[in-house]
Amino acid sequence: MTRRPTLLFWAAFCVVLALLIVAPFALPEFWRRFLTEILIWGLLAMSSDILIGYTGMVSFGHSAFFGLGMYGAAAALLTTRPPSLWLALLYGLIAAAAVAAFVAYFSTRLRDIYFAITTLIFSQIFYVIIFTWTEVTGGENGLNFSRPALAIPGLFSLPFTTLTLYWFVLAVVTASYLVLRRVTRSPFGMVLQSIRENEARTRAIGYPVERYKIVAVMFSGLFAGLAGVLYAIQNRFAAPDFVFFVVSGETVIYNIMGGIGTLVGPIVGAAAFLLLREGLSRLFPYLAAVASQNGLALPGLAEFPYLIPLGVIFIAMVIFMPQGLLGFARRRLNE
Amino acid sequence: MLEQILIQTINGIVVGMILALVASGLTLIFGIMDVVNFAHGELFMLGAYVGVVTLAGTGSFWLALLVATMVVALLGAAIHVTTLRPLLGRDPLNTILATFGVSLVLQNYALWQFGPVARKIQEPLTGQFALFYLDYPWYRIMIALLSAAIIGALWLFLKYSTYGVWIRATTQDRLMAQAMGIPVPRLLTLVFAIGAGMAAASGVLFGPLVGVNHAMGLDWVLKAFIVVVVGGMGNLGGSIAASIFISLTESYASLWVSPSQAIIVSFVVLILTLLIRPTGLFVPTPK
Repeated sequence: MTRRPTLLFWAAFCVVLALLIVAPFALPEFWRRFLTEILIWGLLAMSSDILIGYTGMVSFGHSAFFGLGMYGAAAALLTTRPPSLWLALLYGLIAAAAVAAFVAYFSTRLRDIYFAITTLIFSQIFYVIIFTWTEVTGGENGLNFSRPALAIPGLFSLPFTTLTLYWFVLAVVTASYLVLRRVTRSPFGMVLQSIRENEARTRAIGYPVERYKIVAVMFSGLFAGLAGVLYAIQNRFAAPDFVFFVVSGETVIYNIMGGIGTLVGPIVGAAAFLLLREGLSRLFPYLAAVASQNGLALPGLAEFPYLIPLGVIFIAMVIFMPQGLLGFARRRLNE
Repeated sequence: MLEQILIQTINGIVVGMILALVASGLTLIFGIMDVVNFAHGELFMLGAYVGVVTLAGTGSFWLALLVATMVVALLGAAIHVTTLRPLLGRDPLNTILATFGVSLVLQNYALWQFGPVARKIQEPLTGQFALFYLDYPWYRIMIALLSAAIIGALWLFLKYSTYGVWIRATTQDRLMAQAMGIPVPRLLTLVFAIGAGMAAASGVLFGPLVGVNHAMGLDWVLKAFIVVVVGGMGNLGGSIAASIFISLTESYASLWVSPSQAIIVSFVVLILTLLIRPTGLFVPTPK
């Protein structure tokens, strides 16, 4: 641990943060919202990196924590008048933490693939409950609500615009990053990493491995819930689709694409994935338009499912680039 | 009430046999290859679609069953060679990710090619017999018997054929099998193809009972995973027992709650299994 790389890290951190703060001024409305979404999905992916990258447990159930954060926020925003941002955060985090405690207690008894499958099944349980319990959760249609104002009672109250919401999300994600980074470098985080490296030896030294794992899952779930609350506030709805396990799969994809065990990697992965998806979804209609201008009729090209090339790119990355986009900088980022 | 319970018992066994067909492919792939195949449900779904297309072209259900099995088995071999063989020797978790990508591709391909409207497969056997107050279709009974026959054939194949012996040897000790001259990479491709073919066959068989659509694989892959864990990973007999056990509990549960909630019962079975016997309910206690 020399002094220079740490300095380099913080310099890079400040530059990136400054760029992100001023970025919306250069972007039109659509891309401001898009950037906000990237940050929220990035936070979700970052929260699961604690498990995947640092503890060596691949969770396929993060959609449950994310979704419960959403529904928790929905509960606060629908039942309290006037809707309060802070209550939404509180309810969302409590809901996510409760679910995370429940899932953690059972799933941490298992390792490797069994852990992955158990978390997957748990998230499906919550999906089925939310999907079928129509009176409370709105069932398939989900819940709609209005966006709360950014307010401190007695001091000020600002309605959210796209711009202020972006900054708010950026602030939350940056703070979460700093907390998570601090935690991974704390003695607690060191124990997690030693579980990843050699679980039996960690236990032999005398650490209560199960307890550490439970806390790690809860901690990770809490931040996933935070991402869920932010997403609910951004989109003003909660829907069962976000509890479905495909969301968990995408979370793992962000991690792999960006590089696990780096914390920022997952955010970069989310950005790469979402930008690629957006780009590909525009590419095929564009190609079809170009082709028809040149007298070529290619039926079906405009509707070509852009998720197919995305899936192929992902498979290729798993095979050829298991370190992810930021894998090369892994040591630097953890110094 | 008693009649309802009996009807649900028959229903449970019929669904359980199809589930066993799906899950035995999955458990074969996991037990032998250490591959967690997330794309299994999509192979099931593609099998059903190939069945739909062949049936529309030829009008023969049996030909559709055969063609679907063959086509999807070949597709499975191609998937294995291109995406899973390069991952040999890496952490099995990589296979989850790669097959997740495969399922993304296959599902979106099906959506693009066949559209979101569910298709129907006409059953080859339309007769019914009286079961208490119901007319129970013979076709359902036939599915259960056919599934049992396919699984039985798989068992005979594993037990007596040269390839079957090789496959069992590879399960026990892959390195030693390779040292003895067994062509392990080719064998793994074969296993994946067999698993894919079985998934496709169950897709065609199950097609007449529900509509065929691009998302039909999702439910099945989840159920099959539950079965594989409850039965003990890589344990063929255990998977079959667990399939029937889980389908029966779900059938009985659907006497009281709606079928979409009945799946929670199988989730609970899974959680209890993991707590009490994480190696699986239907395997002998490891000594």
